[in-house]
Amino acid sequence: MKALSQHIEAFGAMVLALVWISPLLFAFWAAFHTTSDAVNFNLSAAWTLDNFRTAWAGAPWLRYFLNTFLLVSVVLIGQFVITTLAGFAFAKVAFTGKDIVFILVLMQLFILPEVLIVENYAMVSRIGLFDTILGVGMPYMASAFGIFLMRQAFKSVPIELHEAARVEGCGWFGILLRVYVPLARPTYLAYALVSVSTHWNNFLWPLIVTNSPDTRPLTVGLSIFGAPENGVDISVISAATMMSVAPLLVAFLVFQRQFVQAFLRAGIK
Amino acid sequence: MAHHVNLERRRQAIYGWILLSPAAILLTTFAFYPSLATFWASLMSRGTRRKPPEFVGGRNYSDLFADPTFWVVVKNNLIYAGATIPISISIALAMALWANSKIPARGFVRTAYFTPTVLPMIAAANLWLFFYTPGLGVLDQIGSLFGLPSVNWLGQPETALWAIIIVTIWKEAGFFMIFYLAALQTIPEDLKEAADIEGASRWTYTRRIVLPLLMPTTLFIVVNALINSVKLIDHLFILTKGGPNDASKLILYYIWEMAFAFFDAPQAAAMTILVLAVLGIVAAIKFTYLDKRTHYQ
Repeated sequence: MKALSQHIEAFGAMVLALVWISPLLFAFWAAFHTTSDAVNFNLSAAWTLDNFRTAWAGAPWLRYFLNTFLLVSVVLIGQFVITTLAGFAFAKVAFTGKDIVFILVLMQLFILPEVLIVENYAMVSRIGLFDTILGVGMPYMASAFGIFLMRQAFKSVPIELHEAARVEGCGWFGILLRVYVPLARPTYLAYALVSVSTHWNNFLWPLIVTNSPDTRPLTVGLSIFGAPENGVDISVISAATMMSVAPLLVAFLVFQRQFVQAFLRAGIK
Repeated sequence: MAHHVNLERRRQAIYGWILLSPAAILLTTFAFYPSLATFWASLMSRGTRRKPPEFVGGRNYSDLFADPTFWVVVKNNLIYAGATIPISISIALAMALWANSKIPARGFVRTAYFTPTVLPMIAAANLWLFFYTPGLGVLDQIGSLFGLPSVNWLGQPETALWAIIIVTIWKEAGFFMIFYLAALQTIPEDLKEAADIEGASRWTYTRRIVLPLLMPTTLFIVVNALINSVKLIDHLFILTKGGPNDASKLILYYIWEMAFAFFDAPQAAAMTILVLAVLGIVAAIKFTYLDKRTHYQ
């Protein structure tokens, strides 16, 4: 009886897994076949790279890849610098008003940048960053979530190390750079993975702030490429989709354990 | 001595504020000031070239409440939240229980569950387009095997919102799974042994011991899922554009449309303020109620 129910569960788990992965498998399959073969599920049909050729020729993908790469780098560097400084202040420096400021920072977790699109668009235009990669990245740099994460990481550093470094003659900044930052490496790695995959995938805000192929990230480029007005067929859209998710997907499959750990560390505070 | 302590305290305060200033400037520029500016904009009329914007008080709000589309969108978003939150959490729980038990091909199963999480919503929408397209799509092909007629899943008001909901569930269930998975691994083995000695069935063990222990995780996930039910709208741009007849339009999409397609910023601002108010209530519940259970030290 027990063995039977275990078999049923294993079967259920497998069916759900296949259902879950099937959209990706179908798109993968369609990307390598002609449209008529793809929609007729002609399993014996020949494989082809034509869809990738058509898709590649249809939009400046290389530029989109470069833009996305620049965007995630700019955001990540900005976040590292800003959240390290602020996280350290909240974790290890005593000053009046700290608790109130910290509550203000936590509030930002709920004031989603996505909701403030109208005013943020006005702000980015006002400071002359409309249609620039910096303009896309800037609203995300002072991430409350990152500050919170760094504060937790720095808090767990034993005060003895801090004292020892001070006795050796290290200043505040030296202590931060030589003691705290190296010890928080796992947190930085986790935060980096979460941040990169978030911004690689972000769409609404880049859609609003970018206005030219020179700044547009992959997600926006993909949405324009796949728009029904353009009349692109399903196999070509599948090829374009596969192309744009490939780097992140391959990275995920290779570093799966680290990815899952990163999301966990980032989620459970 | 007292003088020295005082000096040290003052120095710390200066350091603290210097370290905080970059974050404070950016948060003010892109979160606090825009929130206040949105509130202010929601009280002003829409300016034209002849007539500059003027203070109108609550008129944008009353206009909004008189707009039937607004209520359709609110209803859609309530259905969206009401369906995606419980369903994706239940699926996440089932996934975690399975991915944590001894089953064959566990590695593959975990990967399959989690993979949608790393895809952009736009890509997810493209993948699902292949399922939903009438006539050619996978769903219609499967249906035709059983002699069912072709269905335009995205093109008819009764099914469009549900097609959107399914994509969202597909995208977020695997993400929520990993939090359950982590929580499951902290449950001590002896509880299972004790339950076995008492002769409790697996179902009783799950319902009486595992689920209560997962309660804090569930609450954490609920807050995340609530935020997602406001935030996850990218797939609308590909799949339905809110149509047909606003049947699948969600609040954030409507805000975008108001501001960037209809150029009615005051209406968009009024709607933004209402969303912020709801998020504020969620935040208040989280900080006062949930955080009593979890310690941040």
